Order: sequence, then C-alpha cells, then structure tokens
Amino acid sequence: MNTAFAGNQIIIEFLYLVASALFILSLKWMSAPQTARHGVWAGEIGMVAAIVGTLLHHGIVDYRSIAIALVIGSGIGIPLGLVHMTAVPQRTALSHACGALCVTLVGTAEFYLRTPNVPRFTMAVLSLEVILGSLTFTGSLMAAGKLQEILPQRPLTYRGQNVVNLSLLAVAIAVAVDLMLHPGNRQVFPAMIAISLAFGVLMIVPIGGADMPTVISLLNSYAGLSAAAMGFVLESKLLIIAGALDGSSGFILSVIMSKAMNRSFTNVLFGAFGQVQASEAAGREEKTVRSATAEEAAGILAAANRVVVVPGYGMAVAQAQHKVRELYDALRKRGVEVRFAIHPVAGRMPGHMNVLLAEADIPYDQLAEMDDINGDFPQTDVALVIGANDVTNPSARTDQSSPIYGMPILDVDKARTVMVIKRSMSPGFAGIDNPLYYMDKTLMLFGDAKSFVNGIVHQLSGNTHS
Amino acid sequence: MSSALIDGLFVFMLAGFVGFEVIRRVSPLLHTPLMSLTNALDAIAVVGAIVLVGEHQTKLAFWLGFLAVISAMSNVVGGFLITDRMLKMFKTSRPTKP
Repeated sequence: MNTAFAGNQIIIEFLYLVASALFILSLKWMSAPQTARHGVWAGEIGMVAAIVGTLLHHGIVDYRSIAIALVIGSGIGIPLGLVHMTAVPQRTALSHACGALCVTLVGTAEFYLRTPNVPRFTMAVLSLEVILGSLTFTGSLMAAGKLQEILPQRPLTYRGQNVVNLSLLAVAIAVAVDLMLHPGNRQVFPAMIAISLAFGVLMIVPIGGADMPTVISLLNSYAGLSAAAMGFVLESKLLIIAGALDGSSGFILSVIMSKAMNRSFTNVLFGAFGQVQASEAAGREEKTVRSATAEEAAGILAAANRVVVVPGYGMAVAQAQHKVRELYDALRKRGVEVRFAIHPVAGRMPGHMNVLLAEADIPYDQLAEMDDINGDFPQTDVALVIGANDVTNPSARTDQSSPIYGMPILDVDKARTVMVIKRSMSPGFAGIDNPLYYMDKTLMLFGDAKSFVNGIVHQLSGNTHS
Repeated sequence: MSSALIDGLFVFMLAGFVGFEVIRRVSPLLHTPLMSLTNALDAIAVVGAIVLVGEHQTKLAFWLGFLAVISAMSNVVGGFLITDRMLKMFKTSRPTKP
C-alpha cells in the first residue's frame, strides 16, 4: 500500500517540478518577439503537466465533478480569450479578478476544513491569501468596470478617504491576528473577507482612468502574491513559484509604470494614487493656434524625410490604427522614413499601444521606446501626434508648477514641425493645458483621428497620379 | 516553524529573484502579452481547487472548490488563448520590402 502511494507521490512531484521549470522558461522566452510564442507553448505544457499530476493525487475520488468544472471553466475562458484588442485591458482586469476569486475560495474552504487546528504561521499566510485575494477580486472588478466605462472614469474623492481606507485594512489585519491566536474563531472569518472585499472597492474608487496602467500592474502583483500565500498554506512549491513569478512581474510593471508617470515608489506600494490635482489657476488667456487641413498636412508629410508618429489612446478610441497603417504605407512608398514613438503609459495597460499597432500590421521594429527615440526628435521633420496629449506636454520638463512636472515625456516639441490631430482644444484627461499646441511650429489638425488620417491618405495617394 | 515552511520561504525567495531577472529582460513591446501570460500561469491555483473538488470532504469545500476550478480554468484557457493571439500579430518588416 505504502509503496504504491509513494510511487504516485513521486510522479506527482516530478510533474510539478517539470511544470515549474516550464513556467520559468515560458517567461524567459517572452523576452523577445521571435521566441515569445514558444513561451506560450511551454506554459501550456506546464499547465497540463500540473493538472495531470494533480489528478493522480491519492485522495481524489470525484473525477466527474472535476471534469464538469474544468469544462465549464474552459467554456467561459474561450470567449474571454477572443475579445477585441482594444478590450484587452478590461479583460486582463477581469482575469485578475477570476484568479483572485479562485484563491479566495480555496483559502476559505481550507480554513473551514482545518479550523480549529491551524498552526499560527499557516493561519497567518491563509489570512494573507484571503485578504489579498478578496481585495484583488473586488478591486479588479472595479478596475474592469472603469475600463469598460460601465463605472464613471472620474476619480471619486472625499475628505479623509485615506484614513477610512487604511483603517479598514487595519481592521482586517486585526481580525487576521485574532484568528492567528484563536484559529477556532470561525465567526470572525467572514468578517475578514467582507472587510477586504469592501477595501478592494474603496481602493479603486479614487483612481482615475489615466492611472489604470499602474493599477492593473499592481493588481497583477497582488494576485500573484495571494497565489504564493496559497502555496504556503497548501505546502505546494509549484504554487509558490508561480505566485512569486506573477508577483514579481506585476511588481516590475508597476514600478515601470509609476516611473513613466513620475509617481513615487510608496505611491505604488500602497495604491494611494489619488488624482493629479488639476491646476485650475493659470489664467486661461486666449492663445492662438495654427490649424491646417488634411491637404496641407499631406503636403508637409510628403515633403518630409523623417516622420515620427506619436500614438496615444485617443487613436485606439477612434479605431484609427488601421488608417494609420495606410498612412504608414503611403509615406513609405514615397520614401519617407516613418517610425512610431511609444510612451510607456500610452494605452490603458503596459504595452497596450504596441499590441494595437501590431494588430494593424505595423512591423514591431518600427516601434521605438521613449528613451531610444527621444534623441532623434531634433532630426525629425514631422512629429505627428495622434490622440496623445499629456505624454507630449513640454511643461513636464520646464514648468515646476505643472502637476505633471518631472514626468518623462516624448520630446515632440524638438521636431521641426509638429502636427497634432485632436478633436478640439479641450484639455486632456488630467485637465492640463498643453503649451505644445501654441508653438509656432505646431499645426493643429482638428477632427476625428480616423477620418482625418483617412483624408491625409487620400491626398497622398491622389497626388501620386497627378 | 516547520521545515516545510522554511523550504517554502527558500523557494519563494529564489523564485522571486528568478522572476525579477527574467522579467526585467522582457521587451516593453511585449508587456501586455506578458501580463496575460503570467495571468494564465498564475491560474495554476486551479490545482488546489481540483483537490478540494476531488476529495469532496465537506459540501462547503466541494462547492467552493467547484467555483474556484471554474474561475481559474477560465483564466487558463482565456489567458493562453489571448496571449497567443496577440503574439501572432507581432511581425517584423516584411522582407519583400527592403
């Protein structure tokens, strides 16, 4: 009896070991686009190995129920895997929520199975798992709601918000400590979950749409850490490894995002983003702008040698990326060098803009990161800004009173000519005026991004025949 | 503190460092697929849920586990699917056009 059991156990542990190695390889292969798809395959094989290993577990009797749950879950997963590329941020937030839900449910089940005989440390990590899981669950749902624009994007703030939120968290931790000392106290466990769920909602309420890239990364990190905590509860090294990988990934991404928005590190860790206080002062005296038509813009672009396109989320909202691709083709045909400058927070989650441009078939070697392309702007004939605003605002460099002072920006203003496609002169999301628009070398192209780019493309292709 | 716990902490520490080193090298180009991939990998939590369902110790544990398997599995399938869809789109300059 014992030998058969031990044999099974060895196979299970071996499969988990293989899965862990494959997970690490999977992330390693993500480092470059050439190998990235191998990474997905490695991850898939690792996942299958882990699930097969788990099914060999000696205590499992009810295979039918497992199969039903796996099939239902896969059925839900397929449509979630087929969403439109513009909807990837909310899908990602939703899947953080699903992952966190799983962790919370398992943690809850484990608590009621084990109470009152739970060692102190196990209870501590179990509480950590459930608190992080619950707050990530509701927090991610809130984030998904804001990204899907079901919920208002505007941050909701009130006096003493941080005090309220932090006291809620403190109460949840106090309950966790109580459970550590008296693990038989089953009545207080639901309270800990309820408080954490509420905290998750309140944590996201004060956060505006512009901060979403950081928030998503942070929730990613929380989801990973809660899974790692679950690994400690279940004494599963595989889970600890996967959780640690996910946690560090989310952590690195949030640090990158916070740097790109010039936010302090503590700001990221505690999720206390608040809203950039829009400086309402600064007398809005009438300043003049120069505007141009599609025809004029096409003429300038056709005469240029080097063009840099600066896309922002506005481009994606207007669904203009495919038209931008046509513009790219038309200009390349005329021998104009076209590149794309991608700010780290362009789009609504880290790397979102790259995906949107790749979807429009724009080759990824033409996409340049901020630090790589900023030095090239003085040699650029035309910088074409489409649907981006704050990331091109030169006052981030010069104006100490500006709320975005210190934020790294794309040095669009150093190009010889700047063209900005914009609906109107209304200030951007953060409500900050952009001096770029009033510069002598700036041409404002007023209109919907998609139809305006289309107009330029028509002019360019029309001119080739004349 | 049990030895399993100490082992766990060592594993966590090492995996954390490996994660840092590996993910630091991921090109910003691929940060969105990276996040959806780590999401799918994180759904490995499904193994804990499967055990709960399979062992059927109490009704509560069974149903919590059942829901947990569903939510994690939706992440596994959806996460890998969308990551692969995104990565398929990344193309380099076509060699036909020098």
